[in-house]
Amino acid sequence: MDVTTISSFRAARTRADLALAPGEVPIAGGTWLMSEPQPRTTGFVDLTTMGWPDLEVGPEGLRIGATCPIATLVEWAQGRQTRRTTSLATPPSDWAALALAPRAADALLASFKIWTTATVGGNVCRTYAAAAMISFAVALDGVAHCWAADGSERRLPVADLPTGDTTNALAPGEILRAVEIPAAALRSRATLRRIALAELGRSGSVVTGRVDADGAVVVGVTAATSRPVVLRYPGVPTAAELRADVEAAEGYYSDPMGPADWRRAVSATLALRVRHDLLQETA
Amino acid sequence: MRLTINDSAVETPAPAPGQCLRTLLRESGHLEVKKGCDAGDCGACSVLLDGEAVHSCIVPAGRAEGRSVTTAAGLAPGDELHPVQEALVESFGFQCGFCTPGMSVTASTLGPEDLGDLDRRMKGNLCRCTGYRPIREAICAGVGGGAGDGCGGCPTAALASAPAAPVEAEPEPVEAVDPAGAPMSGGVGDSVRPPRGREIVQGLEPFTFDTVVPGTLTLRVVGSPHAHARVVAIDTTAARAVPGVVVILTHEDVPRRRYSTARHQFRDDDPDDTRMLDDVVRHIGQRVVAVVAETAAAAAAACALVRIDYEVLPAVFEPEAARSPGAPVLHPELDESDRVHESGRNVVAALHGGYGGDVDAALAASAVTVGGTWQTSRVSHAQLETHGSIGWLDDDGRLVIRSSTQVPFLVRDELALLLDLPRERVRVFAARVGGGFGGKQEIFTEDLVALAVLRTSRPVAYEFSRNDEFVRSSFRHPMRVSVTLGAGTDGVLTAMKIDVLSDTGAYGNHAIGVMFHGCSESIGVYRSPVTRVDAEAVYTNNVPSGAFRGYGLGQVILGVESAMDLLAQELGIDPFDLRRLNAVRRGDPIHVTHPDHEEDIVWGSYGLDQCLDLAQAALRRGNGVEAPAGWAVGEGMALSMLSTMAPRGHFSDASATLRPDGVVVLDVGSAEFGNGTSTVHRQIATTVLGIGGDRLVLRRSDTDLVGHDTGAFASSGITVAGRALHAACTKLRTLVAGLARGVVGGGEGDDVFAGDVAADDVELGPGGAIVDGRTVPWADVLAAAAPEDLVTDGLRASVEERAYVRSLAFNVHAVRVAVDVETGSVRVLQSVQAADAGVVLNPAQCRGQVEGGAAQGLGSALLEEVMTDGAGTVTSSVFRFYRVPQFADVPTTEVYFARTSDELGPFGAKSMSESPYNPVAPAVGNAIARATGARVFTQPFSRDRVWRAAAEAGATGGATATAS
Repeated sequence: MDVTTISSFRAARTRADLALAPGEVPIAGGTWLMSEPQPRTTGFVDLTTMGWPDLEVGPEGLRIGATCPIATLVEWAQGRQTRRTTSLATPPSDWAALALAPRAADALLASFKIWTTATVGGNVCRTYAAAAMISFAVALDGVAHCWAADGSERRLPVADLPTGDTTNALAPGEILRAVEIPAAALRSRATLRRIALAELGRSGSVVTGRVDADGAVVVGVTAATSRPVVLRYPGVPTAAELRADVEAAEGYYSDPMGPADWRRAVSATLALRVRHDLLQETA
Repeated sequence: MRLTINDSAVETPAPAPGQCLRTLLRESGHLEVKKGCDAGDCGACSVLLDGEAVHSCIVPAGRAEGRSVTTAAGLAPGDELHPVQEALVESFGFQCGFCTPGMSVTASTLGPEDLGDLDRRMKGNLCRCTGYRPIREAICAGVGGGAGDGCGGCPTAALASAPAAPVEAEPEPVEAVDPAGAPMSGGVGDSVRPPRGREIVQGLEPFTFDTVVPGTLTLRVVGSPHAHARVVAIDTTAARAVPGVVVILTHEDVPRRRYSTARHQFRDDDPDDTRMLDDVVRHIGQRVVAVVAETAAAAAAACALVRIDYEVLPAVFEPEAARSPGAPVLHPELDESDRVHESGRNVVAALHGGYGGDVDAALAASAVTVGGTWQTSRVSHAQLETHGSIGWLDDDGRLVIRSSTQVPFLVRDELALLLDLPRERVRVFAARVGGGFGGKQEIFTEDLVALAVLRTSRPVAYEFSRNDEFVRSSFRHPMRVSVTLGAGTDGVLTAMKIDVLSDTGAYGNHAIGVMFHGCSESIGVYRSPVTRVDAEAVYTNNVPSGAFRGYGLGQVILGVESAMDLLAQELGIDPFDLRRLNAVRRGDPIHVTHPDHEEDIVWGSYGLDQCLDLAQAALRRGNGVEAPAGWAVGEGMALSMLSTMAPRGHFSDASATLRPDGVVVLDVGSAEFGNGTSTVHRQIATTVLGIGGDRLVLRRSDTDLVGHDTGAFASSGITVAGRALHAACTKLRTLVAGLARGVVGGGEGDDVFAGDVAADDVELGPGGAIVDGRTVPWADVLAAAAPEDLVTDGLRASVEERAYVRSLAFNVHAVRVAVDVETGSVRVLQSVQAADAGVVLNPAQCRGQVEGGAAQGLGSALLEEVMTDGAGTVTSSVFRFYRVPQFADVPTTEVYFARTSDELGPFGAKSMSESPYNPVAPAVGNAIARATGARVFTQPFSRDRVWRAAAEAGATGGATATAS
């Protein structure tokens, strides 16, 4: 929609440009900012002009630029040659967990028409509990690389970034620069299950799971809880243990996408189905 | 800014910093880009940006600089259509047509590889009318080059080859034929495609706001943050200082007269409880101040600067609490003279009555009793085109309102009353309307627009946002329905006891009608010797409820049909058989709270028996769709009855005018909003006049065209307006026949004036009337006409249809569902509806109405719920929080028509637009109950509720229960 309170749209090209004046907010794809009135916002500072690479592959893993469109990540993870991926290196063949990226995108209410505009960083920074790019990053121990307003930088696990549904740990003026996924996690076997009150609706619960090379298992619960829940096991947990842990997790909440009691119960059910997937894949 | 739009280089003014691409395109003249939500959720604004589909409402306009945009009007060169658009036109792929341009754009990007995944690929495009089946088929045909082989993975293709492919029963042979004796192509009984299809799929058929009125001001309102408060002071100083603000209206500027936003033929049907702007607010979001400004941005800025002091009053949100002692009273100053039943108890309407004796005694004496209490939720109409109107003064200084309305004449009448204007000084008309479903049988924008036009003498527009729809339009009335049934061991009903509590919210628009209508055919459909009904509709400080498809029946039918299922389970009787045993048969009296038959209902036809047989047979046949492993399976059914128009009169004028060029101009008052009446009206004219659609011009929904029309509601488009047009065309043909005979015979035409035989003898040829093989040129026919039959256009025959008697239509819905008891997920494996529509005048369109009603019914049954926080704030106030069914949510509904012919309706037709919605929710609920052993008493039967009920009942997967 027309955001009528906006009086300036400023392209950022250097880190100095990212200093925000009162009333300014950073804009990447803008798919959320343009979808609601923004009564307290008077200016947009465009991050997409920073020239950040979308996807960088290194020995440490994958670095996803905050302004990388979700479509780029999905197409690249699927090995598809498109106008967005054509200049990118092909993904290492042993990064099996990249298969989570399209499945996470499918967990969004937004369709493919939004993915070409919406960015990975925007989805993370809006920090809806149902943010599927957080589900993806949490599943794989993603790290948020942040640029503070004072010129300093910091890294924190994406799982620790949300402080609630739509709130996060970014300080005023702090910008998410990239999401980094460690190579070891990308080499894991990973799976994702989700549910919503409508078949392809906005997620009520997303449960991810992966088995690392050393047999360790990481289960992530997002969308159902106001903050991500990460459960770590040395091996595949028993069904009873996993169910108990998921049910005991904190932060199940109620909103129009589902009441807390249902979210808790279906998260446990999805976790058992994730466990089933992992056992099948490791068998 | 330079960009390319539909292959043309365009230079636009620099976009505003916060502007989206959608409005930039519309400002560039591309009105084919629609607004359904303005938030990226519905897809109506979809365009291609450098060849890729995007939602133009959430793309910053500046980012289109130097890029290429393709709209629905540019998907193919020149006048051509994209193959998907061709298929949408061919396969009845739209009803109101508002979502269709965006649907076309998205579908145009798909390839054969997408056809197996259409649910996902199309989830970003919402259609509220069709139920998606024809769109799915059109995409398969357009993308895959044919629904048969091109889409192997397409679910519809799989279904189409299943044993129970959706088919319509053959319609009754229609008696009317052309004079030569051959069936008239394009006449009644034919599946004629809706007019303007090629324009609609390109977005070129104008809806309400698809016009440019130079100099139009924008109106925006300030909503109340309180559920109940007195406005103490309003300070508009800062707001008035905003550049571009023209006028600001408060309660001090509006008429004192109270009215109802609801519109009926008789204005006394609704309580006068609303002021245009009030100094007491009764729900959160109620408009308090209206700002009129040169631009939307100025209006919005000024709204933010209006300072309002409130004295907050106690509020009540639960209807039971609202009618209990000590509750805050919403409208203490109103009484029976305002049509408020008992304002001190917040009761706007009450019905207490019965017949046959003491119902409690009858229940106590019954061999079996069953019962329960069901609760329905608020449902949003979610028409893709929001409410809105544009007003201006014409050259004669007359007030003109172009509105998205189902009832232009009733709006005209009420505006004239409110603003103290003679009726002839007000004109109201509707262009094509982007969906209604009852929601546009209200005045939500026209009143403020009219006042603002009169105050400023300038054009003014007020267009609802999607959020406005959720905070200040209306919803389906939530009702608590308690039903107790008594029966003998043979299943024959001995008593029915019904208690209904309806929440009308802060205002009583449609409260009375919905409550009474809700408690009519839902109960009268069963032959019970003892019946007692207690119903009340109460005010609360919630967003108002209003008219919604089915008009209260669906809520009460949920209770009655679910209780009937309990009875069937209790007695081990087949639920179809239980209905056969107890439902009314032709000639039975229809009554609800008194022993006498409703005197305005006639048995013009009866098809319930056929509907029960057709639905049961289809369910028994199955459709080959299997449940996922481990899911519980169950079948359920329900019936509904609906009279063919509203009680106490529905009026339509129509005229048919023969022009000297041989074209006949048809004028009707009713609106087209996806109901398909403009197609059927042309078919009626074709059959009666014996001329093809190329010689017919239909004009509609304009108070300048005819004297009066009650409006397009209560499923009256065919049964009342259609009857009127039928009579007008018959009159014209008779008139022409008499005149032509007169010319040929050289004598007075009067001799043969009245005879039908004479009328059929004379053909309306292209060049003139054909009598005994001789053509009388139209100029000669017109020259012979009496002056009183001539108007500027030509020879005119007018009819005023005043309909008071009604017939009855029936629907039976049946489903087989699978339930994952661990998550509460419900999948409808088979959906069947049998409909008693009388003679089906347009089978493909009527099938579409049934499918669309079933889809909306499935949405209400499983997904849709306007949620509040319990304190009056709507928490699901945009589409991403309110679950309008997507592609993935709507299975194909098999549609079967009973073979009946109604004595009342034109050509034997009955209404079939609201009624398909009504039996769906109880059918689904009954199937869930039989699958899981757990009945859910609150609608929607959302996954959380099904899971909770199943968990409490200890349900396990894998069980199978059949309904028959």
